[in-house]
Amino acid sequence: MSSFWSAWIIILTTIVLVGLVWVLFGNRTRSGNPDSTTGHVYDGIEEYDNPMPAWWFYMFVLSIIFGVAYLIFYPGMGNYRGVLGWTQNMEWQQENAKMDEKISTALAPYAAMSIEDLAKDEKAMRIGQRLFASNCALCHGADAGGTKGFPNLRDSDWLYGDSPEKIVESIALGRKGVMPPWKSVLTETQIDDVTAWLTTADASKKPAAGAQVFATYCAACHNPDAKGNQAMGAPNLTDDVWLYGGEIGDIKFTIHNGRNGQMPAHEHLLIPEKIHLLAAFVYSLSATNQEGTSQTAQQ
Amino acid sequence: MSSNEPERIAAVNEYAPKEVAELDLYQKREKIYTRSIEGFFQRIRLFTGWPLLVGYFFLPWTQWHGHQTVLFDLPARKFYIFDLVFWPQDLVLLAWTLIIAAFALFFFTSLFGRIWCGYSCPLTVWTSIFMWMEQKAEGSRNQRIKLDQVPWSTEKVLRKTAKHAMWVGFAFLTGFTFIGYFTPITDLTFDFFTGNADLTVYGWIGLFAFMTYLNAGWLREQVCLYMCPYARFQAAMFDSDTLTVTYDQLRGEPRGARRVNEGEKPKNLGDCIDCMLCVQVCPTGIDIRDGLQYECINCALCVDACNAVMEKVGYAPNLIAYSSESRVEGKPFHWLRLRTVGYGSVLLIMCALFIGALVLRETTDLKILRERNALYQLRNGNIENVYTIKIGNRDRNSHQYTLSVDEKNMVIIGETAVRVESGEELSIPVRLSLPVSAWRRRNFDVKFSACLADTAERSHCINQESRFTGPLQ
Repeated sequence: MSSFWSAWIIILTTIVLVGLVWVLFGNRTRSGNPDSTTGHVYDGIEEYDNPMPAWWFYMFVLSIIFGVAYLIFYPGMGNYRGVLGWTQNMEWQQENAKMDEKISTALAPYAAMSIEDLAKDEKAMRIGQRLFASNCALCHGADAGGTKGFPNLRDSDWLYGDSPEKIVESIALGRKGVMPPWKSVLTETQIDDVTAWLTTADASKKPAAGAQVFATYCAACHNPDAKGNQAMGAPNLTDDVWLYGGEIGDIKFTIHNGRNGQMPAHEHLLIPEKIHLLAAFVYSLSATNQEGTSQTAQQ
Repeated sequence: MSSNEPERIAAVNEYAPKEVAELDLYQKREKIYTRSIEGFFQRIRLFTGWPLLVGYFFLPWTQWHGHQTVLFDLPARKFYIFDLVFWPQDLVLLAWTLIIAAFALFFFTSLFGRIWCGYSCPLTVWTSIFMWMEQKAEGSRNQRIKLDQVPWSTEKVLRKTAKHAMWVGFAFLTGFTFIGYFTPITDLTFDFFTGNADLTVYGWIGLFAFMTYLNAGWLREQVCLYMCPYARFQAAMFDSDTLTVTYDQLRGEPRGARRVNEGEKPKNLGDCIDCMLCVQVCPTGIDIRDGLQYECINCALCVDACNAVMEKVGYAPNLIAYSSESRVEGKPFHWLRLRTVGYGSVLLIMCALFIGALVLRETTDLKILRERNALYQLRNGNIENVYTIKIGNRDRNSHQYTLSVDEKNMVIIGETAVRVESGEELSIPVRLSLPVSAWRRRNFDVKFSACLADTAERSHCINQESRFTGPLQ
């Protein structure tokens, strides 16, 4: 707030306060007319000059004292911060810290368990599901099935790996998946060739030109066998899973313009106990971790 | 016209009250010392007051199928009343309960006047108890008046202390029990007396205890006179056949003291012997002989007082009685009137509908929330939509539910058989998958069904529709 508006508020507040005190005390005594009326006459109706009842008067006095004390202790007078130094943000943070502490104690037994064991604990997974719904579902979908640009967490294709440690790392520290744009490096023909090489399922029919482009420009990240590299989050290009769409147009767009995938770091947003539980929940979703019991699909 | 003027003024003067005192707006309350009285209507009051009081104090201590019989669990947002469990979704039932209660009040008021005020209002019931305590501590009406006039003495201090101690004790019990309707009372008792209860619990109990003490001990009739809105709009439900406590003016006037000789009435006087008992027993401090007044709570204390006196002097009873405007005028009394029939039939219809709604109420809640990000996804030749399904089980037993959709080409990916515990609401994310070959290029509604799978005799499904979307070209 600029000092002009600060002064404006301070002056207005002071005027109102002083005015209230004046009105209140100014009406305290009778005017002393001999017939004990105010002298006002409306249509022959006279107004008695009675003071305000004492309980009412003192309630006003108390309110004014409260008001003044409030303005001393809390921020109310323009830019003045108040004796207590209270802020909304601080109160919110304190409440959050209190809540986190409560949750941390409640989740302590789960934090002591390994992620593999937690994934088999039905009650823990119910909690995990709720945590997922409030923190992850916005991008990854309510059922963790993902959508364009946001990975499916239920399949067996993992950009950075689905070991407990890797999942915790992804949640806590976040991930940055960067695919550089190639339109200034590769010619249109080269892009067409490599796209054709990628999308041709039959190994004998894969165009050789495309293989050469891939080996020169793409293999460094995606591995020579195109099966990707989990150490840097380079996706496997030999499976059916296409994060940004598997149509020929989608793939060409990706090669042209590159991709910037970002998973935000959650270590400052969630307490470790929550991250542990969430990691276990995500671990339980992964198709490779479900030991043969794949997703229940029923008609 | 002008020649009639003086006569008209005389007629008005004749009906004006004899003494017109100027009322001061800031008039101090005159303390009312009620004389205790026994009689037919007081016994009725006892029979209406006691069950309410006993019910209030003991109901929270009873259990019903594993929970407190009546418990308004605000943090969990669940109200338990015997077999019924109400969730926030049932708020409309609460609204109907209150509307029905209001109409019941209107109905009975149009028939019997303000019997609610005189017999069942908590303020009346609690005030009666406080008055009884007052009498135990300070003695009868005359003794109390005297006690207030004499200077402070050890006896006065002792008597006053005893009274306030009883009041505070009862007020505390009242406040404690009230909070016991909102927190399980057995836990509350333990926590309260070990000092472990929440600060807010102490605060609320203190507040309710204080308000009870204040209202039933100090304010009493002032609540009816100055605060209660019902006292002011009661007249809207009255008609000329409404039963109200009425003084039979034709029979009573002119009033006057007399020597009582059995069977012989002074010729110049009516039946009212002007003993003032009806005024002394009145909890709102009015003189019923001045006619129907807004202060009157129809409690019939004056009826009992007057009948006792009439019996003593050998006159016929019911000089003051439950009567009506038309009865006093000698006209016949009708039960069936526009108001009674109107209020009565509306009340009956609403009660029937309410009970119907209560009995037919679903104990399963099914809610379908569409995913809030992408409308649909194309994946491996399928169109997929994501939903979060919420199944709430309000029944006392846990249930097994089976989820299904009414589209034969559609596959549900996710949990389709779930167990929901009693009082639990479960969120189940599912993905509906439809082959592109079955897609008709327009969005349509899918019917979700949650069927109770555990009870064979009650194969019951709850349905809910939601939208399935896909590419339109």
